[in-house]
Amino acid sequence: MHSFGYRLNGLLTFAVTILALMCAITSLSDNFNTPSPSAEIKIININWFQKQPQGHDEVSLMMNVSADLQSLFTWNTKQVFIFVAAEYGTPKNSLNQVSLWDAIIPAKENAKFWIHTSNKYRFVDQGNNLRGKKFNLTMHWHVMPKTGKMFADKIVLTGYSLPEEYR
Amino acid sequence: MDWQGQKLVEQIMQIMLLVFAVIAFVAGYVLGSFRMMMIVYAGGVALTALITVPNWPLFNRHPLNWLDPSEAEKHPKPQVAVSSKKERHQKVNVVLAAE
Repeated sequence: MHSFGYRLNGLLTFAVTILALMCAITSLSDNFNTPSPSAEIKIININWFQKQPQGHDEVSLMMNVSADLQSLFTWNTKQVFIFVAAEYGTPKNSLNQVSLWDAIIPAKENAKFWIHTSNKYRFVDQGNNLRGKKFNLTMHWHVMPKTGKMFADKIVLTGYSLPEEYR
Repeated sequence: MDWQGQKLVEQIMQIMLLVFAVIAFVAGYVLGSFRMMMIVYAGGVALTALITVPNWPLFNRHPLNWLDPSEAEKHPKPQVAVSSKKERHQKVNVVLAAE
């Protein structure tokens, strides 16, 4: 500690080390949060349901997505990324997950919402398996922190099905 | 800064930084604001730097007792051999200090 530069270096190094420790403890504090999210998805309408030129089935739907994800937010949350995926099985693939819609929720106030939308991303099958297909819609979320560990979870909503014939 | 000042400054620095870290974390957690934690901590680091880094006189209250020049004269520096082409400089640092 014999010179100005030596003391400055020591102070800055120690300060940054303690900062790293503070960030670690902050991330650990997220584990004390017990979230209680809820979500509901209604399929309002099937816009069209066709077999594409390449031979794959494709469907376009109109959904009403409503959710209350406010309990996911902590003081260490930067944003929450959510997406809705359709899940079903086929003879070729035991599990298909097709992402239909996603959004970024930047703050707790925006986390209680409803949205009336058609699917943002195309619902295409690897084959022709969608006629009369029963599927689940899952709401996934990724809680992205300001510092530390990201938490991800989902809600599975069952009981959806597609029409028997193309429209 | 003298030896005792250096020791004091190191202690002050470590304690102040830890205390400000705790205060900052508690403030951030209670207010639910990450930004607040960072602001309080940054302020704490700046304050600690202001107190401990510059060479304040209060940390020099037990200055080192360097010996008088007369003592050094009794022990002359070794003679330097001078060559015709180049002069080689030999620097001998003779430092005498009493604790």
